[in-house]
Amino acid sequence: MRRLWAVTWARSVEFLRDRSALGWNLLFPVLMVVGMATVFSGPERPIFNVGVIGEAEFTAATHPFFATEGTRFHHEDDEAAAVAKVERHRNDLLLDLRVSPARYWVNPESQRGRLLERLLRASDPQAVAQAVSGRAIRYVDWLVPGILGVNMMFSCMFGIGYVIVRYRKSGYLKRLNATPLRAVEFITAQMLSRLILILVVTTGVYTGCNLFLHFRMEGHYVDLFVVAALGAISMIALSLMIAARISSEELSGGILNLLSWPMMMLSGVFFPLDGAPQLVQTGARVFPLTHMLEAARAIMLDGAGLAAVSGSLAVLAAMTGVFLVLGAGLFRWTQD
Amino acid sequence: MNPILSARELRKHYPSVRAVDGVSFDVAAGTCFGLLGPNGAGKSTTVEMLEGIVRPSGGQVLFHGEAIGHRYRERIGIQFQSTALQDFLTVRENLRLFSALYRQTLPIDDLVRMCHLGEFLDRDSRQLSGGQRQRLLLAIALVNDPDLIFLDEPTTGLDPQARRNFWELVRAIKARGKTVVLTTHYMEEAYLLCDDIAIMDHGRVIARGSPQQLLADHFGDSVLELPAVAVADRPLDLPVLCSGDRVEIMSGDVDATIRALQAAGVPLAQLRIRSRTLEDLFLELTGEALRA
Repeated sequence: MRRLWAVTWARSVEFLRDRSALGWNLLFPVLMVVGMATVFSGPERPIFNVGVIGEAEFTAATHPFFATEGTRFHHEDDEAAAVAKVERHRNDLLLDLRVSPARYWVNPESQRGRLLERLLRASDPQAVAQAVSGRAIRYVDWLVPGILGVNMMFSCMFGIGYVIVRYRKSGYLKRLNATPLRAVEFITAQMLSRLILILVVTTGVYTGCNLFLHFRMEGHYVDLFVVAALGAISMIALSLMIAARISSEELSGGILNLLSWPMMMLSGVFFPLDGAPQLVQTGARVFPLTHMLEAARAIMLDGAGLAAVSGSLAVLAAMTGVFLVLGAGLFRWTQD
Repeated sequence: MNPILSARELRKHYPSVRAVDGVSFDVAAGTCFGLLGPNGAGKSTTVEMLEGIVRPSGGQVLFHGEAIGHRYRERIGIQFQSTALQDFLTVRENLRLFSALYRQTLPIDDLVRMCHLGEFLDRDSRQLSGGQRQRLLLAIALVNDPDLIFLDEPTTGLDPQARRNFWELVRAIKARGKTVVLTTHYMEEAYLLCDDIAIMDHGRVIARGSPQQLLADHFGDSVLELPAVAVADRPLDLPVLCSGDRVEIMSGDVDATIRALQAAGVPLAQLRIRSRTLEDLFLELTGEALRA
C-alpha cells in the first residue's frame, strides 16, 4: 500500500507541476461545457425538418399537419431546390400548399420521411404524394463522405501533431537538427508521408465498400480525389501548426481533442446542419472538414465539377496557407 | 598549431543564470579535446554552442578560422548524450536514413565495420543493448565522414567492458586523423583519450592543458591510502584526509612518510600508494566530485 501511495503521489506531483497540462485540464472541461451549452441551449431541438411551399402560416388552423409536435417547419421558395433537399436528406418532407389537395415529397429511403408521411396522411388523407426525381439518395450515400472525412481528420490531427510533439520531447528532433536537414524539408516530409498514407487508405476503403454499397457518384473520381487531397493537406497543416512548438504530450493531446471533437460533431459528418442555430452553422465554417465535405458531397451527389466547388477549394487552400505560414514561423526543433 | 575549431569569448546568458561566461580556446586538428566540469558548470551549453545547436548570447565559434554557417553541419558529426531514434527502424535503416541527409557520406559497409555493427544490423534499434546503441549513435555521427566529431558523454551508463570497447573505437577514429571534442564524467576516459583538456566551472575555463601537464603543474606529491581503523588513536604528525572508511595522506616524500607511519605503529598491510589523478585535480579545482 505504501508503494502504491508513493507512486500515486509522484505521478500527481508530476502532473500538477506540468503547468501546461494542468492548465489544459482545467480549461478543457470549461470550454466543453461552454461550447455544448452554446450549441445545445435554448428550446428542445425539433426531431423533424419540414419545408413548406406557399405563404401559409404554420398554425393548425391553416393545416392540421402544422400541429405535429417536434417538427421544425420553414418556408421554401424554389420547388426544385426544395425537392433536392428531400433527396439529400436535408429536409425530411416537403409540403406544397399552393394547390389543393396539398402535394408532398418524401425520400423513400428516409425512415423519418416515411414516418412523417404517415402523420401527414392521418391529418390530411387527401394529400397527394409526389415522386422524388431520379434515384433517391440513401442516407449511406450522404454519410460516406462524412465517415471517410472524419477518419482522415483524426489521422491527420493525431498522426502528425502528436507524433511531432513526441519526437521533440524525446530529442529525436534535436538529433535531426544536428544534420543539414532544414525545417521546411522535415515538415514537408511529414506532410507527404501522411498525405500518401491517408489517400491510399481512403481510396482503398472507398473502393472496398463501394463493391457492396454501390455509392452514388454523379461527378468525377478525379475531382473527388483533388478535394480529398486538398482537404487532407489543410488538416495536416492545421496539425503541424498546433505541434509547432509544444513539448507536452498531454497538452498537445488536449488541444488536438478540443479541435477534432467539435470538428467531428459540427462539420456535418452525421447529419446536416440546416436545423442547427445560425451561430453553430457560422462557427462550423472555421473547420477545414466542413468545406471538404461540402465539396465532396456536391461532387458525389450533385455531379458538380471542380469549378462548381471552387469556393470550397479556395477556402481550403487559404486555410492551408495560413496554417503553414504560422506553423513554419512557430516551429522549434528543441524544447524551450 | 592550426586550430580546426575556436571558441572566442563565448557567452550564454539566460534570464536567471550566466551559463557560459566568456569561454575561449582552440582545438588543434587531429587531436582529442576534452571538456570537463561538474554538473551545471556550463560544459553542455558550451558544447551545444560549438555544435551550432544553441546560439551564443555573445562571442563566436570559428571553424577553420571562419564563422560557422549552415554548411558547418555537413562537416561535423555529433553524438548526443541521449538520442531517441525513430521507432521500428532497424540499425541498417537508421544508417540509410541519416546517410540520405548528407551530400557526402561513407559507405554503410565501412560504418558497419568501423563500429562493429554487423551482428545486429537488422535488429530494431529499440532492442539494442547500451553498448550496441552507443556504437550505432557513433556510426550515425560518422555517417558524413566528418572532420570534427563531438561526443557528449558517450560512455555514460555503459559497463566497463563496453566502455573500453568504445574507447578503442574513438582511438581508431583519431588514428584516421579526425578531431574529437569529448565531454565526459570519467576522468580515466579523459586521461586515456584526450590530448588536451579544459576544466570548466561556473561558466568559465579554470584549467587548461594536456592531462600529464595539468597533473605535473598542480601536484608534486603522491597519495597514501590506509583503512581509517589503522590510524585511529595513533599520534601522527602528518596531514590526514578522511575519505569514508579510508584515510588519505598526501606526501612529497613517500619514503619519509612510510617511516613516520611505522614509527607511530600503524599497520601497513593494506597500504595503497598511488599517483595523483585527474579526479584529484578536479576535486581540488572545483571542490566537487564529478559523479555527484
